Amino acid sequence: MPKLSAKSATLLVLAALIAVTPFFFPSGYYYRVGALIFVNGLAVTGIVILTGYAGQISLGHAGFAGIGGYACALAPTHLGLHPSLAVVLGAAISAVLAWLVGRPILRLKGYYLAVATLGFGILVAMVLNNERALTGGPDGIAVPDLGLRGLLKDWGLELTNGQFWYFFCGLVLLAGAWIALNLHQSPTGRALRALHGSEIAARTVGVDVARLKLQAFVISAVYASVAGSLVALQNKFITPDVAGFMHSIEMVTMAVLGGAGSVLGAIFGAGVLTLLPQALTVLAEYEQLVLGLVMMLVMIFLRDGLLPSILRKLRGTGE
Amino acid sequence: MSEFLQFLFSGVTVGAVYALVALGFTIIYNASDVVNFAQGEFVMLGGMITWFAHAAGLPLPLAALIAIVATAALGVAINKLAIEPARGAPVVSLIIITIGASVFLQGAAQLVFDKQIHSFPAFSGDRPLRIGGATIQPQSLWVIGGALVVFAGLWLFFTRTLLGRAVLATSNNRLAAQLVGINTNFVMTLSFALSAGIGALAGVLATPITLTAYNVGIGFALKGFAGAMLGGMGNPKGALAGGFLIGLIEALTAGYLSSTYKEAAAFVVILLVLFFMPQGLFGRKSTERV
Repeated sequence: MPKLSAKSATLLVLAALIAVTPFFFPSGYYYRVGALIFVNGLAVTGIVILTGYAGQISLGHAGFAGIGGYACALAPTHLGLHPSLAVVLGAAISAVLAWLVGRPILRLKGYYLAVATLGFGILVAMVLNNERALTGGPDGIAVPDLGLRGLLKDWGLELTNGQFWYFFCGLVLLAGAWIALNLHQSPTGRALRALHGSEIAARTVGVDVARLKLQAFVISAVYASVAGSLVALQNKFITPDVAGFMHSIEMVTMAVLGGAGSVLGAIFGAGVLTLLPQALTVLAEYEQLVLGLVMMLVMIFLRDGLLPSILRKLRGTGE
Repeated sequence: MSEFLQFLFSGVTVGAVYALVALGFTIIYNASDVVNFAQGEFVMLGGMITWFAHAAGLPLPLAALIAIVATAALGVAINKLAIEPARGAPVVSLIIITIGASVFLQGAAQLVFDKQIHSFPAFSGDRPLRIGGATIQPQSLWVIGGALVVFAGLWLFFTRTLLGRAVLATSNNRLAAQLVGINTNFVMTLSFALSAGIGALAGVLATPITLTAYNVGIGFALKGFAGAMLGGMGNPKGALAGGFLIGLIEALTAGYLSSTYKEAAAFVVILLVLFFMPQGLFGRKSTERV
């Protein structure tokens, strides 16, 4: 039997999970939870590129999710754009902002990016909260329908709202994972991992360190933006919470919990942290406590994350 | 003119708090190269624990003392339980650990205390003093005086005492310090205790003016860091000056531009410093040994 490449294996596992899990859903509600996991998984895949591949950290990626989400709310009403084009517009704005913010910072040590992105995220949330006339303020704002489900219905494919978003987000996640995995194997990906290992060593072999870090930052911002758009379109509503500090922290925690170095691991982390509050509603009050604890424990004891550590145990390499 | 003076007073007051946070950052950064993102939570804990103990019936000075000692102990615990076990980890891991500590402390404060906004009485009454057509709260003088006393105390400690010099030696070269018999683990413990205690003191002094709640820490951390960076990362003089400057910039932004977006001032300063002078006002250009 020909051996599958790691990339195809990851994509196959992911596709199989997306396709097979609905057969075990006791009710339609689970489609919603599934879609939420996929959207979080998409944002976290962006974090994998930034943190796992390039070794940089952002504490403000929710800001990009906010931009993507509010683009879907505002562009259709104010610019007359179709919601799908609003997703593209949001991603473009996020990319430009990431480039502007990242360019001066990524030449410096790691924690400068953390602080600058932390400030950036807070700034975006502040604008969304304060510009009531435009964004509706803390109460949020309605988002128009994507219209794709109606289109599918015309073509004879009838899905419930939950089913549609489950499969649609699943497909987008697959596409996002495919791009991230391709990047991993490309010369750019190799260079990124080289600079993760040692920036100075990478520079001495001719890697343009600052430019590569910037690329990773911009790409991951686009992932977060698209994820934010999907949340907004699915809920047909959005509040500034999507851009909040805690959302940024959730993204980082999901990535490091599952394993920021691997796409599948990070998506696994997204699944765990999305399911946990659903399973234990009593946990809501303890959410911050648990997130903080997970971040510290994983970084101290399981630096590669949950999934890679489990896989290693299973293979028994005990590296 | 009196308007400008008024903005100046409020800027210097919050600036003193930021300067204390920036000094806290600097102490830990110098001793260990760790940027402690939980620094702002020490300010929050100082205010919240004092409020809690005072509301429980303790006299204010005792409540404040308990808050400072308890926060210093928490700082030591963070170092022992979360940072020391991760020694040698990449910068990103250390950032995640200290941010995790910050989020954890916020979550704990929500549970142990509550989600409300709190305050306690000012130390020397609320009667504002009139200076040059503007007014200043007596509590502001406590905050400003506190920042200056802490700075002077730190300066004496680091230049005049053997222990302070041991800390400086450790920050210069950890291995060499160990070789001449300095207990570097104790130096780390001391740095975290000092830094957390100073943060808590800032919270105690500022709460009658700025109020406190479980989630105020992250803002203090961001502005304290902006101050430390503006002054030059790792330079105590720079931290003091940078903290005061950030406070002034914020107050003038609030006064003349927009009070809604005064919070953005610190962030804009961070970006400008990174653009134009990453080494800060007093800092040296950093080089990295390979």
